[in-house]
Amino acid sequence: MSLDTVLQRADVWRGGRLSATADAVASGFAALDTVLPGGGWPRGALTEILMPQHGIGALRLLVPALARLSRDERWICWVAPPYIPYAPALVGAGIDLSRVLLVHPGAHQDGLWAVEQSLRSGTCSAVLAWPTLDDRTALRRLQLAAEAGDALGFLFRPGRLMQRPSPAALRIQLQPEPGNGLSVSILKRRGGWACGPIHLEVPVHGHGRAVALHSHTATAPGSFHAQWQ
Amino acid sequence: MPVAGAHALAHDLNVCCRDRRAEADALHSLAAWAYQFSSQVSLHPPFALLLEVRRSLILFGGYTALLQRIRAGLGELGYQTRLAAAPTPLAAVSLACCESEQHVERCSALAAALAPLPLSVLDWKQALLDRLHGVGVQRLADLLRLPRDGLAHRLGPDSVLYLDRLLGRQPDPQVLYQPPQCFERSLQLPAEVVQASALLFALQRLILELCGWLQGQGGGVQELEVRLWHREQAITRLSIGVQRNSRAAEQFLILLRERLQRLELRQPVIEVGLHVERLLPLDGQSLQLFGAARQACQVDLLDRLRARLGAEAVRGLSAVAEHRPEYAWRYSEPGQGEQAVNGQQRPLWLLPVPRQLKTDHGWPCLQGRLKLQHSRERIESGWWDGQDIARDYFIAESASGSRYWIYRELDGQRRWFLQGLFE
Repeated sequence: MSLDTVLQRADVWRGGRLSATADAVASGFAALDTVLPGGGWPRGALTEILMPQHGIGALRLLVPALARLSRDERWICWVAPPYIPYAPALVGAGIDLSRVLLVHPGAHQDGLWAVEQSLRSGTCSAVLAWPTLDDRTALRRLQLAAEAGDALGFLFRPGRLMQRPSPAALRIQLQPEPGNGLSVSILKRRGGWACGPIHLEVPVHGHGRAVALHSHTATAPGSFHAQWQ
Repeated sequence: MPVAGAHALAHDLNVCCRDRRAEADALHSLAAWAYQFSSQVSLHPPFALLLEVRRSLILFGGYTALLQRIRAGLGELGYQTRLAAAPTPLAAVSLACCESEQHVERCSALAAALAPLPLSVLDWKQALLDRLHGVGVQRLADLLRLPRDGLAHRLGPDSVLYLDRLLGRQPDPQVLYQPPQCFERSLQLPAEVVQASALLFALQRLILELCGWLQGQGGGVQELEVRLWHREQAITRLSIGVQRNSRAAEQFLILLRERLQRLELRQPVIEVGLHVERLLPLDGQSLQLFGAARQACQVDLLDRLRARLGAEAVRGLSAVAEHRPEYAWRYSEPGQGEQAVNGQQRPLWLLPVPRQLKTDHGWPCLQGRLKLQHSRERIESGWWDGQDIARDYFIAESASGSRYWIYRELDGQRRWFLQGLFE
C-alpha cells in the first residue's frame, strides 16, 4: 500500500490541517469558523460549551447560527433553560420564534430523555440544553442521538468540568473579557488539536454581522480579533 | 357439570360467572371494528357477526387476503374465531359453526356443502331438533331430502322459510349494524393490576378496536381519554393527544407507554376503558401517501414530549408589542410564535420575577459593585391597566465579567432590580 492510497482514505487525518469534509453551520464569527472543523458548528454532533457563569455571552455566540437555522422547517429546541429565553431579544437577533420549542422537564432524568428524543427525532435542527449532572454515559447517548437525527446539539456546562473526558465532538471553553469580548478556547475538535484562545467581540445586539477580521500577529497563533458593525 | 364437581377434578380451577352483557358488548364492539372491512355488517347474536364482503374483495385483494387480514386483526384483539363464507347469511353462519372453515361461492354448491353438517347448526328450538332426531334425521342432508310439503305441514312454515333462506331460494335481508358516533369501550381486567405499565396489554386491545372503528368511519382522532377504574377511588383519567389527527395504533401505543411509565397508581385498577369524543375526518388518500413515507409510524416529537412531560411542559414563544419588559413576551403553542419587533437592546435571558439587588452606598451590587454603562433607557408605561411601571434600565457588568440588565424604580423606594442577563 502506498502512502498516497493511505492519505486518500477518508478516515486518515493529517495533522495541521482541518478536515473540510465535516458538515457544519457557519457560526457567523469568521475568526471562530476558521478554527472549527468544516468551518462552523458541527452538524449531527454534540458541542459542549464550558463557561464559568451565566451572562458572559455564551448564547450570543450561537445566535447567528440559530437565526440561520430557524429559517429551516425544523425546531430549535431549548431543554431546561436556566432563565426565560426573552422573545424580543431572540426576534432582534433574527430568530424565527415559530421554530422555537421550549421544554421544561421536571426531573433531571426527564431532561436528558427530552434532549435525546429531540436530537434523535430528526425534526430539530438544533437542541440547546443545560444539563446539571455529569453523566458520561448519558452524554455518549446524546452524541449518538445527534448523529442519528442530524441535529446540532449544544450543551452548556460549568467550566469546572473541563478536565472530565467527554464524548462531545467539539468542546469549547469560554471566558469573559471586558466590554463585549469573549475568549474562546477549543479543548477538543474533530480532525484538529486543541487551540486557542480566540478573542471575539459578541455584541449585545444581534443585528450585527462580522465584517472585518484582523489577525493579531503579536498574540499566540490561532488568535484573531473580529469586529462587529 | 356442577362447580363442585369441576373443583373436584381440578382444584386450582378459577371459576368466573358468565357475563352475557359483556358478551353482547364484545359483539357490538367487534361489529364496529369490522366496519372497516365492509359497510354492511350485521349482528347475529349471541356469537356471530355477518359481513357482506363481495364488494370489499377487490379493495382488499381477494378473498384469501381479506380473510387473512380479518383473522390477523381478530387475533391481535385476542379473539378466537372461525370464519366461513357463503352466498347466504344463514349458510355462512352454519358453516362457521362447524370445524371446517369453508368458502362456498355459488348457491348451486350450497346444498352439497351443507349436507354433512349436523342439525345442531340450525338456529332452531331444541324440541324441534329432538323430534327430527326421533325420526332419524341426523344431518342436513337428511333434512333437505324430505319433501317440502311434508316439512311445512309437520314443522311449520317458518322452518321451510328458514331452509329457503339457508339455500338462497328466498331473500334474507339483514338488519344492518350502525356504528356508534363516538367510541366508548371498557374492559374488565381478569385480576387487579397494581403496576401502571401492566395496563398497556389490555389497553392495546382497546386501541386496536378503536383504530378499526376509525378506519370504518374514515376518521381520525386528536385526543383520546383513557379511564382507569379502581375499587374505591374515583376514576383516573389520562388524556393522550396528537398534533395531527391520526388512526395509527402504533403511534397511540408509543404515547400511551410513555404516559403509563410516568403514572403512579395509588390503588389497583380493576377495569380499563377508552373514550373518544370527537371524530375528525381523515382523508384516506393522504394516509396512503404517509404510509409510503419513512415517517409512517414515527411519532411526532411534540406528542412524545407531551405524553411524558405533560402539555404545559412543551411550549412555544411569542413576542408581544409592549413596552413593559415583562409583558413583551408570552408562551404560545409551539409553531405559532409571533414576531413583534422592538428595536431596543434586550438581554437573551429574562428572570421570571425581577430580583431585588443589594446596594452599597446607593450602588447596586451583585458579587461586588456593578459597573453601569452610560446609556440609560427609561420605561414608563401601563397606566391604563394599573400595572404601570416607571423604571430606568441599565446594562451593568459584574467584576467577574457577566453582563446584567438591571433597573431602578423611579418612584417610591427607588430600589434596584435584576431583570435579565445578556447571555
